[in-house]
Amino acid sequence: MSAEGPAVPGMAGEPADAAQGSPGLREAQPADRRGDGEPTPPRPRPSAVTVIGRQLRRAIIANESWTLLALIILIVYFTVAAPGKFLTLTDLSYIAKNASPLLVMAVGETFVILTAGIDLSVGAVLVLSGVVAGEFYQHQPGSGANAGAGVILVGAVIGLVTGLAFGAAQGIAVTKAKIPPLIATLAGLGIATGISYLVTGGSDLRIIPARLASTIGNGAVAGVPWLIVIGFAIAIVAGLILAYTRFGRYTYAIGSNAEAARRAGINVDRHLIKVYALSGLLSGVAGVTSLAYFGTTTVAGHPTDNLTVITAVVLGGASLFGGRGSMFGTVIGLFILAMLQTGLVILAVNQYWQYIAIGVGLAAAVYLDQFRIRLRERA
Amino acid sequence: MNVIKRNLVGAAGGGPGRDGGMAEPLLEARGISKRYGHVRALDGADFSVFSGEVVAMIGDNGAGKSTLVKALSGTLRPDSGQIILDGEPVTFTGPLDAQRHGIETVYQDLALAPDLDAAANLHLGRELYKIPFLRVLDRKAMRERAAAAFAELGVELPDMRAPVATLSGGQRQSVAVARVVSYARKVIFMDEPTAALGVVQRARVLDTMRRVRDRGISVVMISHNMPEVLAVADRIEVLRLGQRVARFTAAGTTMDELVGAMTGALATRGGEGSR
Repeated sequence: MSAEGPAVPGMAGEPADAAQGSPGLREAQPADRRGDGEPTPPRPRPSAVTVIGRQLRRAIIANESWTLLALIILIVYFTVAAPGKFLTLTDLSYIAKNASPLLVMAVGETFVILTAGIDLSVGAVLVLSGVVAGEFYQHQPGSGANAGAGVILVGAVIGLVTGLAFGAAQGIAVTKAKIPPLIATLAGLGIATGISYLVTGGSDLRIIPARLASTIGNGAVAGVPWLIVIGFAIAIVAGLILAYTRFGRYTYAIGSNAEAARRAGINVDRHLIKVYALSGLLSGVAGVTSLAYFGTTTVAGHPTDNLTVITAVVLGGASLFGGRGSMFGTVIGLFILAMLQTGLVILAVNQYWQYIAIGVGLAAAVYLDQFRIRLRERA
Repeated sequence: MNVIKRNLVGAAGGGPGRDGGMAEPLLEARGISKRYGHVRALDGADFSVFSGEVVAMIGDNGAGKSTLVKALSGTLRPDSGQIILDGEPVTFTGPLDAQRHGIETVYQDLALAPDLDAAANLHLGRELYKIPFLRVLDRKAMRERAAAAFAELGVELPDMRAPVATLSGGQRQSVAVARVVSYARKVIFMDEPTAALGVVQRARVLDTMRRVRDRGISVVMISHNMPEVLAVADRIEVLRLGQRVARFTAAGTTMDELVGAMTGALATRGGEGSR
């Protein structure tokens, strides 16, 4: 047997499977695998047309396209159903302000879910951070009602650090103690809620610095409410980090194949701790901004935030199995839920339907994701 | 017996035929032993890789191939024995340490991130930056480097931006190999590189191995497939029961000889006979 023996015929005759005209889809086998019963046509070199077609196809396959379509349909529907009420400037501003803390938490949740994890503690950490910051203000002269910018800043930082530390602790539980994220953050939810109730004795702190409420809470910068500025600034910066930096790349890589990431020399544990800490930090941001907005700690006000936030991320096209999703998708997903909430109110539908709608949306989005994975594996 | 003697790599012949002269191995295992509880996976195993060759490591199930590869690629610490790289004894603290020494491994499961594209996988853990301070990735440069790496291996991918999950088995294999090739400076281990592939892709991977060798990087292939081994390897070393039992130059060796050495039907101690 010559050294070249079995290899040569295959090599020479093979029209480089590279030049396939059917990109995007896998073309593993030479024979028909597309399920349409047709034999594979001759393979042309990729032309400009196929490249455009490929991008078009990718856009169609992309989850964000469908989510965006759903958002548009929703907006059109509510606008037609309640003309003059929905989609006015005040209304949009109101929707965005209400959605701001949720958006900030959804940004953190996106990173967590991309790593194939989950953070159930977001709403509870929001409350805890608000309570800790509020408690700090409470102990200032005059219960902090007239606190100056310095004191306000210190309180805000305390709130953020609380969220960060809580998130980091959950990250350590997930990576070092090997507690599955679902359980680690469920435990975190319980612990954060318990601390909040213990600190406040179950009744909300109702005095917050007036300057905090009048600026971040209800003020505007260049006509745009602070809440909206903060929410979108965080979403944009985090979206850029996710798409363009090493941190984002590692987040996707770990969610996609943690073992491969480990073998490539990535410190997976350290990255995961950072991701959970980031989610905690952003819950802390949400805690401080909602403290400013509502003027109270709303201890009992966030039991379903995790439902909303996780649904937004999944609606936005992120896979619970990690590795797939985008910040743009999360923003759209969140606004679908925000529009839905406001739309139901405007249409005078009992607002408790929203939880049912969100639950159904979550289940449907995950079902679709499973379906896509099966499609991908079969092909 | 005589037939085998003829093909054993003799001390006089030196290393692989293609280099003609020098006999100093690039990477060598000497008397490696490893036990798992009562199981003796390696029992004083030897192995040598010369520079610029494809050497096949063959052996029956349980012969110790995987354990030896793990020891040589830093995944596992042997109980005793020496690993010698470029004439110097080395101890690998882990696979990353072995990588720093220029030794890379293509794992059977390929170790790719299926949701990332080929260029991202190629550079995973070794990203290039546009703004290093902010760790902003230079995606264009990485794509270009990836394209160059694939071209060098004769691999064409239909779409560099497609997630590798959407590629065929052969293309995925190519990505894994290209990744390893672009970083390995000395030795690449390929564990059953063609096990999951179709006929066409098999030929392609074998061709890739030759190309890698021609670039001066040694390839160690672990395989069960005798025709494949004979087709692509320059030399063959046979493990049995945790020891090296025979060494062959591929040219002129028959499958019967290999099978004989693997099963012990032809008793040979390569380690003694050859040096």
